[in-house]
Amino acid sequence: MVALYVHWPFCKAKCPYCDFNSHVREVIDHPRWARALAAETRAALAPYADRPDARIESIFLGGGTPSLMAPETVAAVIEAARATLPLAEDCEITLEANPTSVEAARFAGFRAAGVNRVSLGIQSLNDADLRFLGREHDAAEARGAIALAHRHFPRVSFDLIYARPQQTVAAWEGELDEALTLAGDHLSLYQLTLEPGTAFFTRARLGERMTAEEERAADLWLATQARMETAGYAAYEVSNHARPGGESRHNLVYWRSGDYAGVGPGAHGRVTDAGGGWHATYRHRLPETWLKAVEARGDGLAEQVPVSPEERRRELMLMGLRLAEGVPEARLRALTGAGFEALDARRLAALVDEGYVTREAGCLRASEEGRQRLDAVLGYLLD
Amino acid sequence: MTDLSRIRNFAIIAHIDHGKSTLADRLIQLCGGLSEREMKQQVLDSMDLERERGITIKAQTVRLLYTAKDGIRYTINLIDTPGHVDFSYEVSRSLAACEGALLVVDASQGVEAQTLANVYLALENDLEILPVLNKVDLPAAEPDRIKRQIEEVIGLDASEALEISAKTGVGIEDLLEALVTHFPPPQGEVEKPLRALLVDSWYDVYLGVVTLVRVVDGEIRKGMRIRMMSNGLAHEVDRVGVMTPKGLEVDRLGPGEVGFLTSGIKQVADTNVGDTITDDRNPTTDRLPGFKPSVPVVFCGLFPVDASDFEALREAVGKLALNDSSFHYEMESSAALGFGFRCGFLGLLHLEIIQERLSREYDLDLISTAPSVVYKMWMTNGDYIELHNPVDFPEVTKIDRIEEPWIKATILLPDEYLGPVLALCTERRGEQTELTYVGNRAMVVYKLPLNEVVFDFYDRLKSVSRGYASFDYEIEGYREGDLVKVSILINGDPVDALAMITHRGQADYRGRQICARLKDLIPRQLFKVALQAAIGSKVIARETIGALRKDVTAKCYGGDVTRKRKLLEKQKEGKKRMRQFGKVEIPQSAFLEALKMGDD
Repeated sequence: MVALYVHWPFCKAKCPYCDFNSHVREVIDHPRWARALAAETRAALAPYADRPDARIESIFLGGGTPSLMAPETVAAVIEAARATLPLAEDCEITLEANPTSVEAARFAGFRAAGVNRVSLGIQSLNDADLRFLGREHDAAEARGAIALAHRHFPRVSFDLIYARPQQTVAAWEGELDEALTLAGDHLSLYQLTLEPGTAFFTRARLGERMTAEEERAADLWLATQARMETAGYAAYEVSNHARPGGESRHNLVYWRSGDYAGVGPGAHGRVTDAGGGWHATYRHRLPETWLKAVEARGDGLAEQVPVSPEERRRELMLMGLRLAEGVPEARLRALTGAGFEALDARRLAALVDEGYVTREAGCLRASEEGRQRLDAVLGYLLD
Repeated sequence: MTDLSRIRNFAIIAHIDHGKSTLADRLIQLCGGLSEREMKQQVLDSMDLERERGITIKAQTVRLLYTAKDGIRYTINLIDTPGHVDFSYEVSRSLAACEGALLVVDASQGVEAQTLANVYLALENDLEILPVLNKVDLPAAEPDRIKRQIEEVIGLDASEALEISAKTGVGIEDLLEALVTHFPPPQGEVEKPLRALLVDSWYDVYLGVVTLVRVVDGEIRKGMRIRMMSNGLAHEVDRVGVMTPKGLEVDRLGPGEVGFLTSGIKQVADTNVGDTITDDRNPTTDRLPGFKPSVPVVFCGLFPVDASDFEALREAVGKLALNDSSFHYEMESSAALGFGFRCGFLGLLHLEIIQERLSREYDLDLISTAPSVVYKMWMTNGDYIELHNPVDFPEVTKIDRIEEPWIKATILLPDEYLGPVLALCTERRGEQTELTYVGNRAMVVYKLPLNEVVFDFYDRLKSVSRGYASFDYEIEGYREGDLVKVSILINGDPVDALAMITHRGQADYRGRQICARLKDLIPRQLFKVALQAAIGSKVIARETIGALRKDVTAKCYGGDVTRKRKLLEKQKEGKKRMRQFGKVEIPQSAFLEALKMGDD
């Protein structure tokens, strides 16, 4: 089983809070990109072809702004994947979309290519905050995009960014309530964080308040958890809420430390080799460099680095504890060769004592209290 | 060998910046053994640190040849003295090698506390004192007022005081002449067994230990065996010479002469300042008076900020001790700060100088624990302990009584700052013994517990007097005190490096202060942190640092794992600098900051 991530590296404009690998280009040669992405998809999945459980679990087209892709390109990539490995029967194929690039014709094209889930970058449902976030759409366009998505795709998710500088709990709850009336089976609610290399980060360094301070961020977080819980959207991950069965299967692969092939500029992958070793793969980040590499030799691999069992244990813990389901010891043992005995027993006991972590039925979970402070919990546990 | 009548030995007593070094340079320039090219400015202060701070740390000396108006060529030895109170014993030994002293006073600034202390030392050593007003070329100079001040404050006759400018050279000829006419020649007999005063010693990479001596009786020759009377060590003399200030080898040093010798002595610690050097084959029975072994008065722990610098620190303190017999050290291990050294010093300035040399010359990033004094403790079982580390404070029930060192402090200051200075002294448990005015300057004498002075007293004094107060002290003796150990606990575990011994009356305040300070310094973390100050089991102050409320990365997908993992791995590296207290980990930097911060 393997998941496939495909990165489309282009945006119309760079968002001031986003540190993803995205680039703005005047002209994009779509057929050329379609050929290259399809070629690397084949190269990335080929090693799995002769494995016993050779199936594609999910495909995720992320970016950048993948809704700027030509539907033909999306089709070419999905087709290349299908030609290399069989798709799982219920294979989830998600495409990230931006409200400004939403058009009915394009959505129909994506759907026809095989996309069955969209994830919309709505970010806010009020105009002032959308301007603060540097988005090119307004709230009306956002609502329109969500409605359109529902007409074309069986599953729709959208993102909101909260813990904005002046945001009050009451205002956010109002916005969330509206979001719930618009939502499908899934919502991603991210607290705004400052990433190095972004405009927001620089402005904060220059003294501007760009996010809510810790106390308010904590209050907003708690309000979010309560609202979503009541609405029946369980927080199955730190920032992701879904109705039962609405979880993002693709993202679960990351959080469960499964295999995923990463295709496209700057994409990361985690793949098992024929001998059972785990590797991190990194593609060339710059679109032009990646494109030339793929055209010259069939893939844009920049680096492939073995991930030791100990490193994988760390990755598995740091990803797994983000999930409400936690980390089953059996998985940890199967993937890294050792169970919870590999963790610091004294520290683990202290976390359990404090109520940050529970250990039941062979499974380690972060409690709500623990998840809210997960970075500190992980820093303490994975010493 | 020089005829005794043609020798003059003198020292210069001056406050920092009143021009001692400039005057010495001027004298060397006029009659020393250096060419223009060799004449670096301020030759006498050879260490960078000394030059920068204007303080002479190691006494040095220079032989001047001066042909006086009587046509006779005199050998004049200028014996330099360390410029600070911490080295008052060393100063007194340097002065003991002289017959006269120039009291150099800045003609606009006037007499300072330090000058006063050294004048008293000179008087105790029966020196002739000649007042000299320096910097008379400056517009602010008021020689008449300062002369009056010398007479009123010190009680010296200033009618013959010289007015000079070491900088421009004004009055220097008269001063040289006065050295010959005003100061008596030394006395001594060459036929008697050798008696020489050990004035100073230092380590030279080429020559080994170099010892500066003043011969009183007999003579020192190359090849003879000499004996240190304090420790009985005997060595053959390799070299005898005088400082011009360059070393110049001579055959012998006779009575009244000042010079250096080298022998097989391996370490500076074997040469005790104030010791009597005699002839091993024909020893004297009559030691020179005034010898005291050096005893450290102030202690503190020195720890490397980066644990991996420990070996470098060990090497550095070893090297410093090689050249400074008054600096003591032994290894210490602290739960909060790791491995370091418990060090003993002659006083606070000595401590500061050693710290600065370690950081400057050895490039070490250090942290020091709060300075502590030596407490005398009598135990209920009859034992007697000298305690210089709060960590070793015994169980209270086993202590019968504790005595602490007291000092006599002399403070000179413009009277407008008198109020806050008196308040400071009172706050530090001081007892006033004297308060006199000279014009608009006041002189106060206080008896103070030394432990109140080592705790940032200088800094406070400087700040409340805007830098105008000058301060000097001498150890007065021990007195019984109501002293307690205040422990600082983090989640119930004591932090050894922050423990302190203080008067019971100050304990609450100090405890509250350090808890509040730590609260600001320790970042909120996963677990609640309880900070307490306690005397024994009684908590006298507490603060709580609440657990952090929210700390979680919002987005973490396939492309973020590598970075997140590496961040954790980096944090793990950083944790090497964390100290464990129960469940909580406190960055070592918090302790370092707590120790660095002043009393503000």
